Amino acid sequence: MKTVTLKINGTEHTAEVSPRTLLVHLIRENFSMTGTHIGCDTSSCGACTILINGRSAKSCTILAVQADGKEITTVEGLATAEGLHPIQEGFHLNHALHCGFCTAGVMMRAVELLEKNPNPTEEEIRWGISGNLCRCTGYNNIVKAIQWTSAKLQGKELPSTEPVFV
Amino acid sequence: MIKCKTSKEIGGMGHSKKRKEDARFIQGKGNYVDDIKLPGMLYMDIVRSPYAYAKIKNIDSSKALEIPGVIAVVTGKDLEKYNLHWMPTLMSDTQMVLPTDTVMYQAQEVCAVIATDRYIARDGKEAVIVEYETMKPLMDPFEALDPEAPVLRSDQEGKTDNHIWHWEVGDKEKTDDVFNNADITVKQQMHIPRIHVASIETCGCVASYNKVENHLTMYMTTQAPHAIRTVIALVAGHVGLTEEKIRVISPDIGGGFGGKVPVYPGYVIAIAVSFLTGSPIKWIEDRSENLQADSFARDYHITAEMAGTSDGKIQATRFKVLADHGYTDASANPSKFPTGLFSIGTGSYDYGTAYMEADAVYTNKPPGGVAYRCSFRVTEAVHAIERMTDMFAKKVGKDPAQLRMENFIKKEDFPWASPTGWSYDSGDYHAGLKLAMDTVGYAELREEQIKLRAEGKFMGIGISTFTEVVGAGPSKDFDILGIKMFDSAEIRVHPTGKAIARFGTKSQGQGHETTYAQIIAEELGIPMENIQIEEGDTDTAPYGLGTYASRSTPTAGAAAAMAARKLRDKAKKIAAHLLEVSEQDLEWEPGKFFVKGAPEKAKTIQEIVFAAYTNHPEGMEGGFEATHYYDPPNLTFPSGAYICVVDVDPETCDIKVRRFVAIDDCGNIINPMIVQGQVHGGLTQGIAPAMYEELIYDEAGNILNGTFMDYLVPTAVESPSWETGHTVTPAPHHPIGAKGVGESPTVGAPPAIVNAIVDAVAHLGIKHLEIPVTPFKLYKELKAVGYFDKQEA
Repeated sequence: MKTVTLKINGTEHTAEVSPRTLLVHLIRENFSMTGTHIGCDTSSCGACTILINGRSAKSCTILAVQADGKEITTVEGLATAEGLHPIQEGFHLNHALHCGFCTAGVMMRAVELLEKNPNPTEEEIRWGISGNLCRCTGYNNIVKAIQWTSAKLQGKELPSTEPVFV
Repeated sequence: MIKCKTSKEIGGMGHSKKRKEDARFIQGKGNYVDDIKLPGMLYMDIVRSPYAYAKIKNIDSSKALEIPGVIAVVTGKDLEKYNLHWMPTLMSDTQMVLPTDTVMYQAQEVCAVIATDRYIARDGKEAVIVEYETMKPLMDPFEALDPEAPVLRSDQEGKTDNHIWHWEVGDKEKTDDVFNNADITVKQQMHIPRIHVASIETCGCVASYNKVENHLTMYMTTQAPHAIRTVIALVAGHVGLTEEKIRVISPDIGGGFGGKVPVYPGYVIAIAVSFLTGSPIKWIEDRSENLQADSFARDYHITAEMAGTSDGKIQATRFKVLADHGYTDASANPSKFPTGLFSIGTGSYDYGTAYMEADAVYTNKPPGGVAYRCSFRVTEAVHAIERMTDMFAKKVGKDPAQLRMENFIKKEDFPWASPTGWSYDSGDYHAGLKLAMDTVGYAELREEQIKLRAEGKFMGIGISTFTEVVGAGPSKDFDILGIKMFDSAEIRVHPTGKAIARFGTKSQGQGHETTYAQIIAEELGIPMENIQIEEGDTDTAPYGLGTYASRSTPTAGAAAAMAARKLRDKAKKIAAHLLEVSEQDLEWEPGKFFVKGAPEKAKTIQEIVFAAYTNHPEGMEGGFEATHYYDPPNLTFPSGAYICVVDVDPETCDIKVRRFVAIDDCGNIINPMIVQGQVHGGLTQGIAPAMYEELIYDEAGNILNGTFMDYLVPTAVESPSWETGHTVTPAPHHPIGAKGVGESPTVGAPPAIVNAIVDAVAHLGIKHLEIPVTPFKLYKELKAVGYFDKQEA
């Protein structure tokens, strides 16, 4: 067993883990933060995406011991005492989620995407989230939500969140 | 614009209310089955067969049992002692829970390892040694029909072939006669390939049996919790687990699409082990197990034919189907409908004669036959009719839009009796296609196509104008294992005028917590924000058959309106009592009753409800609750007009969807935002089988793409930016005029896409392309017609 100490959503956590334990299992099972999900066994779906030292990563493909000493943000760490993170607002207002299973992963990926590229084109957004699978929404409204969040983060005029349904 | 009867604050039908369920999902507080943790819980992993057809010679679990933390290895022989090694399928066939001697498909469950931890369970699985004697599997359904083929289901007494059932509908003689005398006939063999729903959450459960109470709580990923409770009671009643001792809880579900309707062996093994050990058992399958073993969809081989006049009048259709069901018929269909609702395949067109037949066979593939976001085999039927309509248009030399307009059933001809026995409730197909053509700019696109062709560029325009059949269904025809397919709603309004409502359905992302609240808000005038919706707990919700086949709005949505109307009738009586007038003097507007001609004399619904608990009329039952079980008089028939525009690279054969316009008619709309979201998602599950997805097996029975590395679920890059719109033709028999929409786009999109790709290369002599139309498949077809020879020359 190995001792790992890591900061998750600003709070330090320590656990004894077997060296083969996946980071996603450490977060979900040892620390009972179940907002990060598992949707595949080949690093394809992105449901387990979190931020490690600010970079998005698939936590099913990283060992818990590799995350020793790192700073991690999960979906549970997005909202603050002041309220929801803009990406959470963006997803809610633009109906960018149906079943909610992929949602945490896509939002975590989008947070990093917008940090690196605050004003992405639609194509950049689509390629930017191409490591995240969503089976319900068809992606239209996820793209819209990320565009809305981009405007919000930059203090620009917010696009309408009413559906255009002729 | 949709006109709303209620204010935005009440939030009844037609308002794009933001979803109530979002709050927990965007904050990581959903509660999915793998999030459930019970004290003393053990983990189960399943050893699966590497072979498609083999005798099990021996299972040696000794090495596994030596691993610290491995509690047990459960085999078919262990379950046989309790007669739990077989279970019925929804189609009254039988399926092994665990085999005692033979495995029938690759990835079939062989035995289960129970351990204190999921990693140790996996270690145990690796340590189990199974000896097999392999046999040559039967993978081709046409070969399975050969009288010389080995009989796969030797477990069925007296079985001498691999044939499961024959089904037919329509007038064969009359249809043959039309075909024999028709000016024009077209015929095409097509395969609707085997695909997988691949919801992002896989299947799983926590089975928790309490020995002291003789009570089972089953947390599981099921779209139909009540039906599952009854099935468990039927399977396990003989060991003392009767229906009142079973509670099925379907927590938040990460997508269903039909794949979470069946009972999989893993669920039954988990129950059996929990029953024997008294410990809660968690079983969560991997993605690879999910793709390789859980129910498939489609796999219909169709010979489709259409007959008509030389001036383009459709006169008859004839379809012959061979259905590959794998090792057992575990389809999720209503019992009397072995081909589901395939007979909707006469489409949106006005002609009097059709004949359809189907035969099903066993092969050494995984069992199934689920929907993949489709109402029971409607997608297969729509693909056939919409491809044939295009082929017929081509042969008579008419524009496919024009030919459709000339053959549509007219809106004044509804209700319309279809040649296969349906009574289409309502529709306005001309309006839908016209709106789609105007939105996409059809005439301009045809002009552009001519120009591009002259430059050697391939651009195609494809149309699909489909009719769906959903909302199963009327109890005279529709049942599952004998249980009639009505659905239910129970509304309780608390003294302060806030409500809770429970349903027999179960959302898997459809947004029921929002839309059901809007239906009740529409009927009672209580703000939708004040109406809590619950589903998925069989101890609290009224009985219902669950959510699939776009049935929630047509059945449980109707039940909500009917239950609310019972309450409104009661409210009227209380209001008359409070206002000291007769009921005839009262008028309703959303949220209050007032005296005719004196609107200031009014009682709000909140005041009325409070009186139901504090000051109700003498002789009236107290409280404010109602339940309704809704048995629909007919199915609903949503329709759509879809136009797809593709550009094909003449060198690489890369196919790009440039535009996709979808006009849907799902009757009255409860929440436009949610309807549009459903259409977006459904369209993406339409492009998936049209261009990317297919489960592929080799001759030895190995699946070649059983992981997300190889099974191509579209990402945001493959998915085009969908353009959506609607027409409204209410369902005349439905309390709120709604029809259901979740699956229409999955049904309607594939033929629009394929028709567009064929149209892009039709001038080179290509008449048909099999789905999924991949660049390589298209390249081979272009090569076959000599296109590349001409380029080189």
